[in-house]
Amino acid sequence: MTQPPKGARRSYGVKAAPYGFLLPAGVLFVLFFALPIGYALWLSFHKVQIKGLGLGKGAKTEVWAGLENYTSALTDSELLGSALRVLGYGAIVVPVMLGLALFFALLLDSERVRARSFARLAIFLPYAVPGVIAAVLWGFLYLPDVSPFLFLLDKFGLPQPDLMDGGPLYLAMSNIAVWGGTGFNMIVIYTALRSLPAEVYEAAKLDGCSELQIALRIKIPMVVPSLVLTFFFSIIATLQVFNEPMTLKPLTNGIPSTWSPLMKVYSDAFTGGNIYAASATAVVLALATFALSFALLRISNRRTTQGATR
Amino acid sequence: MPHITRRSLAAATAVLLGATALTACGSSDSGDEGGAASGPVSLTYWAWAPGMDKVAALWNAEHPDIQVTVQKQASGDDLVTKIITATKAHKGPDLVQAEYQALPTLVSNDALADIAPEVQGAKDKFAPGIWQQTTFGGEAVYALPQDSGPLMFFYREDLFKQYGLTVPTTWDEFAETARALKKKAPKKALTTFSANDAGLFAGLSQQAGAKWWTFEGDTWKVGIEDAATKKVTDFWGGLVAEGAVDNQPMYTPAWNKALNTGEQLAWVSAVWAPGTLTTAAPDTKGKWAMAPLPQWNKGETATGSWGGSSTAVTTDSKHKAAAAKFATWLNTDPKALEALVKESGIYPAATAAQTSGALAQAPAFFPNQADFYTRAAEIAKTTAPAAWGPNVNVAYTSFKDEFGKAAKAKSGFDAALAKVQTTTVADLSKQGFEVAK
Repeated sequence: MTQPPKGARRSYGVKAAPYGFLLPAGVLFVLFFALPIGYALWLSFHKVQIKGLGLGKGAKTEVWAGLENYTSALTDSELLGSALRVLGYGAIVVPVMLGLALFFALLLDSERVRARSFARLAIFLPYAVPGVIAAVLWGFLYLPDVSPFLFLLDKFGLPQPDLMDGGPLYLAMSNIAVWGGTGFNMIVIYTALRSLPAEVYEAAKLDGCSELQIALRIKIPMVVPSLVLTFFFSIIATLQVFNEPMTLKPLTNGIPSTWSPLMKVYSDAFTGGNIYAASATAVVLALATFALSFALLRISNRRTTQGATR
Repeated sequence: MPHITRRSLAAATAVLLGATALTACGSSDSGDEGGAASGPVSLTYWAWAPGMDKVAALWNAEHPDIQVTVQKQASGDDLVTKIITATKAHKGPDLVQAEYQALPTLVSNDALADIAPEVQGAKDKFAPGIWQQTTFGGEAVYALPQDSGPLMFFYREDLFKQYGLTVPTTWDEFAETARALKKKAPKKALTTFSANDAGLFAGLSQQAGAKWWTFEGDTWKVGIEDAATKKVTDFWGGLVAEGAVDNQPMYTPAWNKALNTGEQLAWVSAVWAPGTLTTAAPDTKGKWAMAPLPQWNKGETATGSWGGSSTAVTTDSKHKAAAAKFATWLNTDPKALEALVKESGIYPAATAAQTSGALAQAPAFFPNQADFYTRAAEIAKTTAPAAWGPNVNVAYTSFKDEFGKAAKAKSGFDAALAKVQTTTVADLSKQGFEVAK
């Protein structure tokens, strides 16, 4: 191996190196992220024009649509309805799931806990069950004629709410998400708790702090960044809810084909065969998610910075 | 339909992704028949008919050079969606089972290949009305008819006797029977109005004389809210509103249980019902009987059809000739048809098979009704014609949403029907079709 001459070559190599390291990630980013998004954008500004009955060869041509798909997406009452439904669903899922996750994490982290690793696994396990399987499982448990819950209620002469309809449907659907998601969030918070320095607790105990006070005054404030993170994940997951309502849909009259915004996109693209309108709706949805996430991140960042300077 | 003929359905449109650079990967052109000579050809077949794998096994045993693998699918328009999606990705199977009403949609999405040259001579084996649904009246052949699904009335013979009910011959009598049963056994129901399969509703409307999609020149006309369909919606909306029939969807575990335990005494269904009942209500074997569909006016004999399907070769298939050969065997060979009747409980579309030995025996689930298929053949002759268009799945999805809502609210179906009509028309014009307002 001959040494390259010192000087120009080397400095050139050093300058180029970072770009070389960036290249694999850059290529993957362009291929699997930027390009599909660009394509979706391109589609969203087009539509199909049909000549005649639309059955013959060449009867369908793609033409420029301008903002037509966007205006119809934004004025679509079904999309608005689905967004409102999902917001209602999120208003149940996010607080309940994160509350439970924090509660379990604190319990597991407390000193007197027994069978810690078993409990941790048991709480985490539902997360390993795929969403569709979970929905099928719960769906059968909810269905009036086969549900063991309703069977018991019936045996005791209690009223049997239709869990697949109206208000109870939100609870039923939220329950699936909470059951599946609590474990994951619990692990995130629990990991943060385990990484807190033990001296803090010692000092607190010397000052006469009870376990409860330690939890409320020390542990929770110190895992706020993890809470923000899990909150953030949960919001995104909520806005993208699809598996559960889609799987439950055939079991009930209570879930329309556009229950959640993603189902609306799916229905436009695959039932209606209108991939252009679906792309526009998807772009709108992505922008809304982005705006919401960004706003939340700004708020939480401000909080954390304040906490640090205090 | 001269217009369609002129425009040549032979090669249907390249849609959506067709013009874009991204489709460069793996677009399969028609015409590459490679592989037929070298080594065995393997074909995949998407079908939902129960026992289709056993019928394919018969073929596989006799034809080592063409091996068919059946991949079981969900029935109805879920499969249509899946085929269209697969076609866009150029990952379609070789053969698909497709309901007649889905054919225009599939053809307008360039999913089905024209197999006219491969299936010459098959035409005479089917009734003209059925054959027409696979060709739209043109020269191209997009599928081979497999089964037809004339609507009939299925009821629990034992329970009808137990509650002193008579088999209704008109829809008025049907309503009376439902009410009489509710009076005698409030926890039971004659049947359910299910909003999760629009096919049944389409068939009922067809019986009443509805024509949902028609065209004149280049303009489609949607007649979902016509007088005939309104008659049907008023009838069922009324029954649901007064609580004479149930309002829960079909094909759920709850529905299976209701049929299996006799909570529901009857099912307005098609000739293929024995197959479904075998899996849905296994404990009720021999307790069901079949009668003609109730009529709107006494003395009439008309029925609609629910589903009924065909075997189509996709544009993605690299072995068009082999696939067409299998499709022809499957739907015209006496041995295949006998197996289809036995294993899948289908009612063959091939005319000869309807009166052949294959149907001499009643379905295994109906041992008590020896003349099942003799009566079925009589009923099948009275099937009213069907009229399908290029966005049946949109109308069907809208039906599920709107009628699901209305059935839940028990508020009558008029508004729901109006919504299905406007949604279907709006979708056609949004897709760029010319639609008469």
